[in-house]
Amino acid sequence: MSALLSVENLGITFGGLRAVHDVSFSVKPGEILSVIGPNGAGKTTLFNMISGVYQPGSGKVVLEGQDVTGMRPDLLAHRGMSRTFQNLQIFQNMTVLENAIAGFHLTESGNLFADLLRLPGSRGRARTAHQGAMRLLERVGLEASAETNAGSLSYGKLKRLEIARALALSPKVLLLDEPAAGCNAVETEEIDQMIAEVAKSGVAILLVEHDMKMVMRISNHIVVLDHGEKIAEGDPATVSRDPAVIAAYLGTEAAEDADA
Amino acid sequence: MSELLQFLFSGLTVGAVYALVALGFTIIYNASDVVNFAQGEFVMLGGMLTVFAYAAGLPLILAAIVAIIVTAAVGVALNKLAIEPARGAPVVSLIIITIGASIFLRGVAQVLFGKQIHRFPSFSGDTPFRIGGATILPQSLWVIAGGLAVFYALYLFFTKTLTGKAVLATSNNRLAAQLVGINTNWVMTLSFALSAGIGALAGVLVTPITNTSYDVGIALALKGFAAAMLGGMGNPKGALVGGILLGIIEAMTAGYLSSQYKDAAAFVVILLVLFIMPQGLFGAKQTERV
Repeated sequence: MSALLSVENLGITFGGLRAVHDVSFSVKPGEILSVIGPNGAGKTTLFNMISGVYQPGSGKVVLEGQDVTGMRPDLLAHRGMSRTFQNLQIFQNMTVLENAIAGFHLTESGNLFADLLRLPGSRGRARTAHQGAMRLLERVGLEASAETNAGSLSYGKLKRLEIARALALSPKVLLLDEPAAGCNAVETEEIDQMIAEVAKSGVAILLVEHDMKMVMRISNHIVVLDHGEKIAEGDPATVSRDPAVIAAYLGTEAAEDADA
Repeated sequence: MSELLQFLFSGLTVGAVYALVALGFTIIYNASDVVNFAQGEFVMLGGMLTVFAYAAGLPLILAAIVAIIVTAAVGVALNKLAIEPARGAPVVSLIIITIGASIFLRGVAQVLFGKQIHRFPSFSGDTPFRIGGATILPQSLWVIAGGLAVFYALYLFFTKTLTGKAVLATSNNRLAAQLVGINTNWVMTLSFALSAGIGALAGVLVTPITNTSYDVGIALALKGFAAAMLGGMGNPKGALVGGILLGIIEAMTAGYLSSQYKDAAAFVVILLVLFIMPQGLFGAKQTERV
């Protein structure tokens, strides 16, 4: 199967700092690709460029054969790209349910006057969005908090709410930035399974995660960044034995020890 | 008793105008956190453009519609030319830009329309109704009805329509709104058009009573701001209640104290609100997540 999303020689500099330089990779439908690397390696910056939050300085992002480099996030959402954030982007003043319903914005898009007159079509769409949102909340285990104000939820729950909202868009590509951060072992396991299920349904998944056990368990393919450059890529087994990867995480001496 | 009723009537009339100005503040504030101090100029433009379109021979209703549409276009231009290029600037800078825009619009109006006072006739004559010993002008009823109608239309817009909800989502978290596919630039354009249009409507409704000149916007913006603060910035219900309350407070001050203190009422209200309940009557308590 051909690549759904590919990133070609992507780069960006902030002032004199080369935050990301010449990174390329591609993801197929149903594949889970993880981007790993030490803190400050440029993982989130890479995500921000792919999802249109930052304008890349160089390179291309290609989604389903079309160049979408630097396209606005709302237009990318129309094309089937959805993402979550490491530091959360939640509608804090809305309830959990309303946050999830917001994810159905594109499918709900009706006509202003149909909405005002409460025509059956408009009400039907609203009902579909409501039911869909409830199903997703059940899927992430938040159905009991549906009417709670999102601002009062714990970090771990907000993470799951953000995933639910991202899934509401029925994305073709899903970018998850540290979905398991702040979650306990049981929650991490649940998120694990959820990601695997979503991938199985044919969604291409890009994952940034610090929990190495999780990454090694669920990824099909891993890209390793260090100082903004791709230093290795391959399946989990290959990457975990790569001396350059070990050096980046533990320092060169450890890499030599591993060689020895 | 009839005296009190008379003050109440005049308070309601002015209050409805303040409420319309405050609703204009609310929409832009909701979409962008910006308090648009050019809101008073929208009111001025609404009245002024109607005067000239009417003088040019258009029927009054058509002249009013033209004025509202042109003012909405001015609002969109303000957003496109002055606010959007400064995207990412701190909110305070954006507010200062709106103050600059207000001075600019006033200057242009002075050149185009001159410094004299303008007016056009009332919609349905000037024979006052007598109610309980007090009188009320038919035009006052138009103003009050206009205020209530706009409030109700906005209420429906924000609670029942997807577009309205998209505006609320944008105000809540711009990036998250983009992620779910909301075109936030369009939301901003729409907010400025709506807000300017509502301001212009206020100008159309009130000009037969108060007349208009190029500089009526300053006082209206300040009163409308006081009303929005009193009701709670960002809340349409607050804008309506705040506007009408402020109008009544002003009318009572003028009637029972001295008309010299009429304008002071608004400023005393702003100070009291800021000291005692900065979130206003209906404003949400601000909580910052850390």
